[in-house]
Amino acid sequence: MQDEPTPTELIKAVADFLRNEIAPVIKGHNGFKLRVGINALDLVTRQLALAEAGDATEAARLKALLGADGTLMELNRALSEKIASGEVDLNTPGLPEHLWQTTMDKLAVDQPNYASYKRELGK
Amino acid sequence: MIETELRRCVAAFHPGATGVTGAAKLSGGASQETWTFDIVHPDGNVGAILRRAPPGYGAAPGRAAGLEAEATLMQLAHDAGLPSPKVMHVLTPEDGLGRGFIMARVEGETIARKILRDEEFAKARPILARQLGRVIAGIHSLPQAKLPKLRSLTATREIEDLSREYHSFNWPRPVFELALRWLRDHDPGPSSEVTLVHGDFRHGNLIIGPDGVRAVLDWELAHFGDPMEDLGWICVNSWRFGEIDKPVGGFGTREDLFAGYEEAGRKADPDRVMFWEVMGTLRWGVMCCGMMQRFRAGPDHSMERAMIGRRASETEIDLLRLLAPRA
Repeated sequence: MQDEPTPTELIKAVADFLRNEIAPVIKGHNGFKLRVGINALDLVTRQLALAEAGDATEAARLKALLGADGTLMELNRALSEKIASGEVDLNTPGLPEHLWQTTMDKLAVDQPNYASYKRELGK
Repeated sequence: MIETELRRCVAAFHPGATGVTGAAKLSGGASQETWTFDIVHPDGNVGAILRRAPPGYGAAPGRAAGLEAEATLMQLAHDAGLPSPKVMHVLTPEDGLGRGFIMARVEGETIARKILRDEEFAKARPILARQLGRVIAGIHSLPQAKLPKLRSLTATREIEDLSREYHSFNWPRPVFELALRWLRDHDPGPSSEVTLVHGDFRHGNLIIGPDGVRAVLDWELAHFGDPMEDLGWICVNSWRFGEIDKPVGGFGTREDLFAGYEEAGRKADPDRVMFWEVMGTLRWGVMCCGMMQRFRAGPDHSMERAMIGRRASETEIDLLRLLAPRA
């Protein structure tokens, strides 16, 4: 068993230090790059917190849609092939809901401030 | 020091110039650079921009029109009265500066967030969509006989190019696959009229002042094709920067864009524009994935590249909003 603090706690401590202490005194292009770096750390903490549950429900939906088992990569590949061939489409029961939920779960990690995402959340 | 080469080059094309000053690199990777500098002249300094592929780099690969073609297009646009910088000099081998051209510097803003939020641009925002419609119409009307040699692209060809690039990443994305299928099912076929298409008409490539658009830049992706492509690309949600209810660049309506386009004597086709908006949204998504590939493959192992890779999901939600809107 790994010791404490957790990766999430460590990354958050580093991100907070950069955001609160360092960013205010860095100017120009390095200031921009620093903000990108802080955003990356924030993204990683969201992924650590949310990915496990998101991946599990995505896999469950894919198995139900496809009637097949496999890794997330295999299941997504199989679904992509069925969409490409026209075997499933937006009229297929469950497909629109699956694509929407999977995409919303990705945005919650990647870009929770993205305006389209906030609109769809009803915010 | 680039100022040495610039000084020699400027003396040859700008009579009376005594030197150059303030040369600074603005952007660019190894194969394409942009420099700003001032031409020193007794009548007053002149702001200039050098856009070049440094010595040792050949023609730009893939989709790019090439720097010489870019210079020709900008000059033609300028001559037609469109907002475009004056091209001052196309580089020759004797200049020792590589391939490219020097143009007059146009003052103004290219950063979308400032254009959409700063008070300075408050008067420009409501007029921009209509103004840009007229500018796009002007680009589509440039005299064909004078245009340089460029690629020809149809909708069908662009769908296949995108599909090939996306599948080369070997990372299955059901939403992208849905969009590809939609594009194939809704391919409008060859357009009745083939014109010059700017190919990247959007924020970042437009210099905006408080009075509106001052220059159209970056003709790297210019080609011959369906004129509605430019109208669809500027409506892609990725260029609205949060102002999602203003489809044209986050500042205007499609109706204003089309009105400007038609004022200049051309006809807009909203269905075809919608098709190109879907294509453009997918294209930006595929470009984001490409950034992630290049980040991984190097040599540009930058955070920015890596993080743009994680923006592909933004285009997935936008594609769903276009193709499978929720009740």
